[in-house]
Amino acid sequence: MTWLRGRNGRGKTTLLRLLAGLSDPAEGQILIQGQPQKELGDEGRSQWAYIGHQNALKDDLTSTEALRFLARLHRLPHDAAALKLALQRLGLGPARLQHAPVRTLSQGQRRRVALARLALSATAPVWLLDEPFDALDIDGIKALNAVISEHAQSGGCVLLTSHQAISIESPKPTVLDLEIFAPPSRARGLSADAAHHATGPSSQIPHSTHSTDSTDSTEGPQ
Amino acid sequence: MRAVFWCVLLRDLQLASRRRIDALLPLAFFLVALSLFPLGVGPEPEMLREIAPGIVWVCALLASMLSVSQLFAGDMADGSLEQMLLAPASAISVAAAKCSAHWLLTGLPLIIATPVAGLVFDMSAPATIALMFSLMLGTPILSLLGGLGAALTLGLRSGGMLLILVVLPLATPALIFGAGAVGMVESGMSASGHFSLLGALLITTTVGAPLATAAALRISTE
Repeated sequence: MTWLRGRNGRGKTTLLRLLAGLSDPAEGQILIQGQPQKELGDEGRSQWAYIGHQNALKDDLTSTEALRFLARLHRLPHDAAALKLALQRLGLGPARLQHAPVRTLSQGQRRRVALARLALSATAPVWLLDEPFDALDIDGIKALNAVISEHAQSGGCVLLTSHQAISIESPKPTVLDLEIFAPPSRARGLSADAAHHATGPSSQIPHSTHSTDSTDSTEGPQ
Repeated sequence: MRAVFWCVLLRDLQLASRRRIDALLPLAFFLVALSLFPLGVGPEPEMLREIAPGIVWVCALLASMLSVSQLFAGDMADGSLEQMLLAPASAISVAAAKCSAHWLLTGLPLIIATPVAGLVFDMSAPATIALMFSLMLGTPILSLLGGLGAALTLGLRSGGMLLILVVLPLATPALIFGAGAVGMVESGMSASGHFSLLGALLITTTVGAPLATAAALRISTE
């Protein structure tokens, strides 16, 4: 499990989108288990689950219907029992919430519906999560922590960005700080508090990621 | 591939069923625009009968174009489009599903409403049937080309107007052969040549447009 850190505009989202295959790198290529991402083809995309800033929920559908659409789209289990359980795990247990139109849900509840997809995504080894803790309250964070830590413990790989400290107990997240990849010229141009964000002793650079600029990184189940 | 196609198509139909008024707007536009012509050009039945096929076709064309401009915009705004492109299937199936849904919601109601136009313009029964048949071959072309235009202009500020400018020239062959076929029937000749050309256009667009739409979607979400 890796926590991708960096200041606003440093390229966290860009890196996640590159890894998900939504954007093409300007230079270099992305290797997934030694294979260029482009050659994995359409079926290869079932290897990872990407949840971006946006929740991808339609206002007019109920939370169960919205989740069922996402699950069917990504070929995840989408029977009623599985959907109910997934929503329950993210704290959306009451039937009232499961059958409420997304339009009537709060921002945090919508985030939970979008994240409930993860509870169905056990078959996708790699999870790419862009600010998953956004808009979640304490209970929501706890529920998401449990889902992530279960996935990581069963051999899955999670790469997430967050501006809040991550409170997952096991496994402890590896920190990947994008600040240390900034070219010296650009780093000097940053404001004085750059030193404040410099990586602590806990930071580790996964050996596979050479540089964020060439985005020549390898991603695979760890 | 097929799973993603049905998944997206059924969701679009479900969304339309939740917003029935929105779904009926293109049909209402079609009928109102049609009824303006007798008021504008005068009530001579002979002349109205002569210009009817062209008018019905132009109104169908405009109704399709006006409704297609929002085809991908909503999905782009809430992140659904990203998730659809990440589904383990080609983006072509997403493009094909969205265009099919547009045809079912716009093209099909227009065809069903065509006998009303036949009554308004005092067309003969064979001419009305020929008009319906030409629209049956022609409106899918409009939906497919409109989908391509919508994907190309996705995210642009004045996308709606630009879309019409991009697509109208491409749609003129369908307009010419579609309206021409009815003219042939009215003058007592065989319209099979026009219908064959319209069919050929439909096949070409069905093969080509989803490919181009998929490529345009990938570019606009990057």
